[in-house]
Amino acid sequence: MKNKKPKRNGSGDPRLDKVLKPYKGEPREMISMLQDIQDEYGFLPEDALRQVAVALGVPLPDVFGVATFYRMFRLNAPGRHTITACVGTACHVRGVPRVVDELSRTLGVEPGQTTPDGEYSLETVACLGCCAIGPVVVMDGVYHGQVNPQTARKLVKTPAKAKEVVKS
Amino acid sequence: MKHICPPATRPPAGGTSDCPPERKQTPRGGVRLTIDGLDVTVDQQTSVLEAARFLGLEIPTLCHDDALTPYGGCRLCVVEIGKGDKARLVSSCTYPAEDGLAVRTNTKRVVRTRKMLVELLLSIAPSSKNIQDLAARFGVQRNRFKPKYEDCILCGLCVRMCREQMMSGAIDFVGRGQKRRITTPFDKKSDLCRTCGGCQYVCPVCTLRCQGPSAPTDVCGSCLTMEPTCTDKFDEYMCYLGPTGVCGTCVSENKKCEESGGTKELCHTANTTQQPRR
Repeated sequence: MKNKKPKRNGSGDPRLDKVLKPYKGEPREMISMLQDIQDEYGFLPEDALRQVAVALGVPLPDVFGVATFYRMFRLNAPGRHTITACVGTACHVRGVPRVVDELSRTLGVEPGQTTPDGEYSLETVACLGCCAIGPVVVMDGVYHGQVNPQTARKLVKTPAKAKEVVKS
Repeated sequence: MKHICPPATRPPAGGTSDCPPERKQTPRGGVRLTIDGLDVTVDQQTSVLEAARFLGLEIPTLCHDDALTPYGGCRLCVVEIGKGDKARLVSSCTYPAEDGLAVRTNTKRVVRTRKMLVELLLSIAPSSKNIQDLAARFGVQRNRFKPKYEDCILCGLCVRMCREQMMSGAIDFVGRGQKRRITTPFDKKSDLCRTCGGCQYVCPVCTLRCQGPSAPTDVCGSCLTMEPTCTDKFDEYMCYLGPTGVCGTCVSENKKCEESGGTKELCHTANTTQQPRR
């Protein structure tokens, strides 16, 4: 339908152009395009999604639907530190919901969001496979086991002391 | 590809199984199926739902529109196909008519399933008139689920309307699982939307229910609610004169019989012995 069209109308940044350059503009390339964009930016910026829709000749809601369907895509910029709380079954019964609430309250953001100063992003994950030390919170790749609301708060407020306050 | 005789067609007595007589009866490119015992010949690619509607049989739907591609989202159009142990429920709007298919649209199982579906839908959107009407029609008198008061049942009619009829594609499903919903990208006003109102026009949930005195439950005043009809006694609705389940004759006759002194058992057996004329 709209296969023969210029990929860009010249309003974007060269970074995006570079990422989209190898693609032919067929709708089936959408996911791999989005993956490349996420590799480049760390997330999927709104403008990039609009450009993908233009490049593929599909309506923007199609692209947006795919981007929101898969957990691997994120639509907001990640913070400098990523805090991931495991909300799998084992951690759930060991009380991770209260930990997540406490983290949300301390940081002032909901799971999946990033603090306005761009320092922390709060994430949840279904299971990390280390149920024995649950509830588990991962901060920048370091696993903290048996977290409770108090230790979770300390983890955020004084990350340097985290190792001392959290049994792992 | 080798032609295979459809299961319902039988080779002529003493003849070989090349099934020519059946060919004669079925017009080229058509398929012949039975719906509630009625023979019907329809074009290939016709759905069972369309075939049933062609016969004038009523199958309830919420996510189907003749002008849009079938979606099979609401599942209200379930019908039973297959025999005995192999009987199964399929959504008639997405099931293509096959040669020799025997479809039953109003068996006990179908009615029970639809009733459950209506109850579930009712718990999602109790404020919808269409769903309340369906609840009344199926005799759903209670709701065992926690009402959510959503304003969307994710039937996808608006999405298809926008895309296929309005050629716009401004809205689509977003997210997945529990968080699935219909919206414009980034929840912002879309450039593609021409505010034609097509999405509202097809929406089965946007019509509010009547604002009369609210029932204590989330099932509305049940002005249309009938008592359960003949499926209590028969495996299928016994309605061959009017639309399914509308008459309620069997119920009123049982009542009359009981009021005039007969025991419940006697009355029900008396009515059960009436054989359908079909």
